[in-house]
Amino acid sequence: MSDEDFPESLEGIYRIQGRDFVDAGIISSEVKKSLQGKGIPESIIRRIAVITFEAEINIISYAEQGTIQLFIEPDAIIIEANDIGPGIEDIDLALQEGYSTADDSIRELGFGAGMGLSNIKKFSDIFELTSDVGQGTRLKSIVKLNG
Amino acid sequence: MKLSEIRDLLDARVIVGEDKLDIEITTAFGADLMSDVLSFARSGCLLITGLSNPQAVRTAYALDIAAILVCRGKFLTDKFIETARELGIPILWTRFIIFESCGRLFQKGLTGCIRKTDGNEEKIIVR
Repeated sequence: MSDEDFPESLEGIYRIQGRDFVDAGIISSEVKKSLQGKGIPESIIRRIAVITFEAEINIISYAEQGTIQLFIEPDAIIIEANDIGPGIEDIDLALQEGYSTADDSIRELGFGAGMGLSNIKKFSDIFELTSDVGQGTRLKSIVKLNG
Repeated sequence: MKLSEIRDLLDARVIVGEDKLDIEITTAFGADLMSDVLSFARSGCLLITGLSNPQAVRTAYALDIAAILVCRGKFLTDKFIETARELGIPILWTRFIIFESCGRLFQKGLTGCIRKTDGNEEKIIVR
């Protein structure tokens, strides 16, 4: 893909390797830094940082690899998290608070209690989650800038 | 309450943020589960936790949490301290357990950054 294929609103692409727990959360911090100083309200930046954090933890925890893309549109901030991995069989169940398939290495980080996806949904204005079992998962979260 | 008063009340050591002991903190949130911190904590509060890994620092950074109080005398790694320095999050360290720390701070006027979670009483039990 050439650079010309990327939309102008693309602010950053962050690549994630599955099971790479040491630096988990670093993309959330990077995304937050990149949104500062652009006149975006701090409360919106906090929501994006939370959404990115949970999406990042999910990819590290469950997928082989993935990317998080940050878009700054005139009226919204968009986070897209796409991964190659096992996918989600039952999305409604995965969205249920408290439902989790996490192992101890995730729980040691302070995550894996079945709150991640519901947190992302809670902090998003628009939330889309689709998955192909055996192939991967695509998550899109939109936070509107004008409420 | 100033961060320096929190230090004194809990006989805490300042691991990061000697230059930030004058910041005022009025609310706190206590948890070891970072997903719950991300869900419920508010900016400007004190995070009271027993989790001393870089993810706790990054969680605090995501939410503009004022400082972290690490309880139970948890072992601190270089990576944790480095991350806190890099992101400018003050770290206090105490041997008091979370219950004692919260009790002492509450007694001196610190309150929860939220009192309760919202929710439906009929949804207590998940199948």
